[in-house]
Amino acid sequence: MRFSRTSKALGMMAIAALALTGCGGGGATSGSTNAAGNSSKVILADGSEPQRPLMPADTNEVGGGKVIELMFAGLVSYDPSGKPVNELAESIEGKDAQHYTIKLKKDQKFTNGEAITAKTFVDSWNFGAAAKNAQLSGAFFESIKGYDEASAEGSKVETMSGLKVVDDLTFTVELKQPESDWPLRLGYSAFVPVPSGALKDPKGFGEKPVGNGPYKMADGGWQHNVQIQLVPNPEYNGPRKAKNAGVTFKIFQNDDAAYQDLLSNNLDVLQTIPTSALKNFKSDLGDRTIDKPYAGNQTIALPEYLPEWSGEAGKLRRQAISMAMNREEITKVIFNGARKPAKDFTAPVLDGYSDSIKGSENLNFDAAKAKDLWAKADAIQKWDANKTFTIAYNADKGGHKAWVEAVVNQLKNNLGIKVEGKPYATFKEARNDATAKTLTGSIRAGWQADYPSLYNFLGPIYKTGAGSNDAQYANPEFDKAISDGLKASSVSEGNAAMNKAQEILLQDLPAIPLWYQVSQGGWSDQVTNVDYAWNGVPLYYNITGK
Amino acid sequence: MAWYILRRFLQLVPVFLGATLLVYFLVFSLPGDPIVALFGDKPVNEAVAAQLRAQYNLDQPFWIQYLLYLKSIFTFDLGLDFTGREIATVLGEVFPVTARLAVMALIFEAVFGIVFGLIAGLRKGKLFDATVLVASLIVIGIPIFVLGFLLQFFIGVQLGWAKPTVSSAATVQDLILPAMVLGLGSFAYVLRLTRTSVIENMSADYVRTATAKGLSRGRVVRVHILRNSLIPVVTFLGADLGSLMGGAIVTEGIFNVPGVGNRLYRAVTSGEGPTVVSIVTVLVLIYCVSNLLVDLLYAWLDPRIRYDS
Amino acid sequence: MTPENNATVRGTAVRRPIEHFVADFDETPLHATDKVKEDHVPLSLWGEAWRNLRRQPLFLLSAFLIFVVIVVCLFPGLFSQIDPTSEACQLANSDGVPAGGHPLGYTQQGCDVFARVIYGTRSSVTVGLFTTIGVVIFGGIMGALAGYYGGWVDAVLARINDIFFALPLILGAIVMMQLPVFRTNRNVWSLVLILIIFGWPQISRITRGAVIEVRNADFVTAARSLGVSRFRSLMRHVLPNSLAPIIVVATISLGTFIVAESTLSFLGIGLPPSVMSWGNDIQSAQASLRSNPMPLIYPAIALSITVLSFIMLGDALRDALDPKARKR
Repeated sequence: MRFSRTSKALGMMAIAALALTGCGGGGATSGSTNAAGNSSKVILADGSEPQRPLMPADTNEVGGGKVIELMFAGLVSYDPSGKPVNELAESIEGKDAQHYTIKLKKDQKFTNGEAITAKTFVDSWNFGAAAKNAQLSGAFFESIKGYDEASAEGSKVETMSGLKVVDDLTFTVELKQPESDWPLRLGYSAFVPVPSGALKDPKGFGEKPVGNGPYKMADGGWQHNVQIQLVPNPEYNGPRKAKNAGVTFKIFQNDDAAYQDLLSNNLDVLQTIPTSALKNFKSDLGDRTIDKPYAGNQTIALPEYLPEWSGEAGKLRRQAISMAMNREEITKVIFNGARKPAKDFTAPVLDGYSDSIKGSENLNFDAAKAKDLWAKADAIQKWDANKTFTIAYNADKGGHKAWVEAVVNQLKNNLGIKVEGKPYATFKEARNDATAKTLTGSIRAGWQADYPSLYNFLGPIYKTGAGSNDAQYANPEFDKAISDGLKASSVSEGNAAMNKAQEILLQDLPAIPLWYQVSQGGWSDQVTNVDYAWNGVPLYYNITGK
Repeated sequence: MAWYILRRFLQLVPVFLGATLLVYFLVFSLPGDPIVALFGDKPVNEAVAAQLRAQYNLDQPFWIQYLLYLKSIFTFDLGLDFTGREIATVLGEVFPVTARLAVMALIFEAVFGIVFGLIAGLRKGKLFDATVLVASLIVIGIPIFVLGFLLQFFIGVQLGWAKPTVSSAATVQDLILPAMVLGLGSFAYVLRLTRTSVIENMSADYVRTATAKGLSRGRVVRVHILRNSLIPVVTFLGADLGSLMGGAIVTEGIFNVPGVGNRLYRAVTSGEGPTVVSIVTVLVLIYCVSNLLVDLLYAWLDPRIRYDS
Repeated sequence: MTPENNATVRGTAVRRPIEHFVADFDETPLHATDKVKEDHVPLSLWGEAWRNLRRQPLFLLSAFLIFVVIVVCLFPGLFSQIDPTSEACQLANSDGVPAGGHPLGYTQQGCDVFARVIYGTRSSVTVGLFTTIGVVIFGGIMGALAGYYGGWVDAVLARINDIFFALPLILGAIVMMQLPVFRTNRNVWSLVLILIIFGWPQISRITRGAVIEVRNADFVTAARSLGVSRFRSLMRHVLPNSLAPIIVVATISLGTFIVAESTLSFLGIGLPPSVMSWGNDIQSAQASLRSNPMPLIYPAIALSITVLSFIMLGDALRDALDPKARKR
C-alpha cells in the first residue's frame, strides 16, 4: 500500500515539477538550491495537538491551522511574500469596496468527489458565522451584512443576508460598510469551503476532514497527541502543488524535544528554534537554517483604566517607558537576532509598511529623555516610590521570562523605579484578567497576522471597544483615521491612511511596540528547498528530499 | 485476610467520591475561563462562547456540574474533551504508555537503589559509600528538567545510542532513557532508605544470632538483613508507583512521551475539567490498589504484622 | 527489674523449683558491668542521643556547614560586596566570564552569579527547611496515628492520604497561587504552604509503614504489658524506633523541595522572578545551558552542599538515636 501511494505520487510529482520550475521561487530568500529534489520523501515536521476538531472555521491556533492550510484551498492563497493569488477564484471584483462579485473556477472538487460551487461557499460561510454552530473563528465573517443577526446569542437566523448565490459559479457579497482590504482576508482558513457532510456532522468531520487542498489526510492519519499524517492530493492543481510524498506533523509538547529530534534526523523541519538553542543552532545545523522576518510582533499593553497610565501623565509615562528600553540590545543578547526592533505597530513584511512614520522616534532608546519625560509626568501626578510597575506574561508557553527580565532590568536601571515581571501560570488566566479588565499593571501582548494587511494589526487591537483591545484604548480620532483607511478605494491609498492613524498611536502608545518576529528555523540534511511564508510557517508543499 | 482485602476494596467507594469531588472543585476554581482561552489573542465571540459553555456544562453552578460528571461516570460516558474526542478513549491511550514508563522507572530505581544501597550499607563509611553519596547528591541537586535535557542531548543526540524522543508506538526500547531519567529522582531515596535500613539491621540480634549460628555471609545478607530492611523501601516504592504515573509531567515533556503527564498538563492549563478529573480518578484508584499491595507485602516481609484483628 | 516483679505483673506465679548452681552474685564478672550508678539520674532518650551526637565528627562537620548556611541566609551582605537586590543587572555583561570582583562570571541577563548564589540562599533554604519541618510534623502525625492505631483510624487517614497523593501538584499549585491571599503576595511562604499541602502524604506513608513494622515489636508489647498507655508507648517506644526512614526521607526531601521550587518555576508557578533563589536561577540558566552552563552549575553546587550537610546531620542523628548501635 505504501509502495503504490509513493509511486503514484512520484508520477504526479514529476509532472508537477515540470509545471512549476518556471514559476517557483517568488521572493524566496532561503539558502536552499532550486534543484528539483527528491519528491518521494515524506516530510517530518513539528506540530502541536489541535485544540478543536479540524473544522476550518473552528480552528484559530497554529497546531490545527497548519493542517487546515495544507488540506484546504480557499478563493485565494498567499504566495511566500504574502500576496494573494487565486486558488478557486476566477475573479474577485468589487467596485465600491462594499459590494463584491466572486466567480469560481470550473470543475473544482473535494477529495470525496463532491463539486465545489458558489453554494458550497455560501453554505460554508453561513455555517461559520451562525451562533448555533459555535465556531471559534466566526468573527471573521463580521464584515458581511447580516452577520450580526446570524451570530447573535440564541439566534435562529442561520444565513447572512449579504451572501447571494447568482449561479453555479458566481456569488455576491455585500459588506456592512466599505472595507478596501476585505479581499485580502479571503486567504484565511476560516474562508475555505467545506463539503456538505461537514455541515451535517461537524464533529465527525473534524476527526477525518475532507478538503480540496494540496494534501489530504491519510487513513487514520490523525493519531491524537502523536502525529497527523497528510498525503498529497493528486487532484489538486492550484499554485501550491505538493512536491513531496506527504507531510507528517509529529506532535511535540515542547520545542526543546523537537530540536533534539532534528539534530538526530528524526525530524526534517523545525519551524521555530527553541530559545535554549538560539546560541548553538547555527553551528549545529550549518547552512540548514533560515532567518526571515514574518508578519508578527510583540508589544506591552498598558491599560488606560489604571489611573497611573491615563491622562496626560500616563501618556508621558508610556513614552518614557518606551524610550527607557534598549530594544537593539535585547534582540541581540536575549534573542540572538530572532527579533528585530520595532519601528511601528505592524510588521515589515506587509504591503505598505514604513519604518519612518512620524513619531517612530518614540520607539528609540534614549535614557536621558526617558528620565526627563518621567519627571514631567511626576510633576503632573506623582508616582508613588513604593509602587511596583509589573509586566505580566504567561509562563506556560512562549518563553517570555527571559526578555521580560531583561526589560525589567533596563527599566530599573534607566528610570530608577521598582519593576517586576509577573508570571501567570496559564495563558487563560492572563487572558481572563485582560478581558475582564482586572489587570494591575502592563501585560505582554503579541499579534500574528491572520491575513497580510496593516489593518489587521491596528483595527482589532486599538479601535474603541475592539475585541483584542487589552489596553481599553479609546481615541475617536484614531477610530476615524482607521475607518477612513477602510473606505479608501485602493489598497495603497488605504495603507497611507493606516500609517496616518499609526502617527496617533505612536504618540499615545496604548501598547509599546517591542520587536518584530523573525522565523528562525532549521531542517535536517535529509531535505532541501525549505522556505518560509510571510506568516512564519514553512512552505511545506515545496520541501523535497535530497 | 480475605475479609481485610474486601474491606479495603469497599473503602474505594468513599475515596472515589472524595477524590472526584476535591479534584472537580480544584478544577472549578482554576483561574480563567477555559472558553475565553480557546479564542487565544483573538476577540471573544460571546454568542459562541455561551454556546460552548453550555456544551461543556460550564454555565452550571459547581454542584450541578459535579453531579452531571458523576452521572456521566455511571452511564459510562465521560463526555468529550475540547478536541471533540471521547475522554474514555483518551484515557485508554495515555495510561498504557505511562504504565509502561512508570513500571520501567520503578524497576530501574528499585534494582539500582536496593543493590547500591545494600552495598553502601554493608560498607558504611568506605569509599563505595562515599561515592554513592556524591552520586545521589548530583541527582538530588540538579532538577530533572536539566538532567533529562543533558542525558537526552548526550546519549540521544551526540552518541546516538537511543532516540532523543519517543516514537509514536512508545515501545519499551524507546522508553529506556525516559524511564531512567524518571527513576533517577527517586533513586536517591531508595538508595538511602536501603542503606540506613541495612545499617540498622546489621546490629540486630537476629543477625548476630544468624552469624553466630555459622550461616554464610551471603545467606545472612540475603535472608536476614535484606528482607528485614525492605519494609521502608517497599513503602516508598509502592507510593512512588503512583507519583511516577501522575507526576511525570516534566519527563514526558522532555522526551515527548504521549502519556498521562502530558495530557494532564495540557488539560490543567486549558481547564478541561472532566479530562483532569477522569485522569486523577484513575490515578487515585491506582494509588489505593498499590497501597493495598504494599500492606500485604508488609505481612509477607515481617510475619509479625497482622491485619485480621 | 527483678523476676518476681515480672511474674506479678503477668499474674502467674513461678512455681517450678529451680535447682542448679548459681555463682555468688559478687563473684560473677557480670557484677562489674551491670553495676548501675544509682546516684546518677538516667538520661532521657533525647539526652542520651545528644550525648552521643556531641562526640560524632559527622555531626560536628554537618553542624558547622549548616551554621555557615544559616549565617549566609541571615547576613548575605557579609559574603558578597554586590547587593543584587538594589543593583539591577546590565545586559552588557551577558554571559560574561569571571573577572575581578565577579569570581563566578555573569548570567545571560548580566547578573553576577556569585552575588545571586549568596543572596538566593535565604529563599531556597527557607523553602527547603520549613517545608520539610511542616511536612514531617503534619505527615508524621497522620502516618503515626494511622499506622499505630490501625482499624478505622487507619482506614480514614490512609485513604485521605491516597486522595492527596493523587492530586497533581501542578493543579493544586495553580489553584492555590490564584487565591486572593497569594495572588497579590506570592512569596516564599505561599510556596512553603503549597509544598506542605502536597508533600505530606509521602512522609505520612513512610511513617505509617515504619510504625506498622515497629508496633508489633517485642519491646512495645513489653511496654504495653507493663501498663504503659497506648499513646505513651507510641510516643516513647514506637516513634523513636521508627525514626530512621523518616529522617532519611526528610533529609533528602529538603533538597527535593528546593529543587521542586525550580521545577515549579519551570512550569511557571514557582516563586516570582523578582525573588532570588537557587531554583529560579537554575531555571533561568537552563535556557543557555549549552552555551554557558556555569550559572546553572553554581547554584546546583550550593544546593548539593546544603543537602549534603542535612543528610549527614540526619545520619548522625539516626546513629545517635538507634539504641542497638549505641556504644558505651
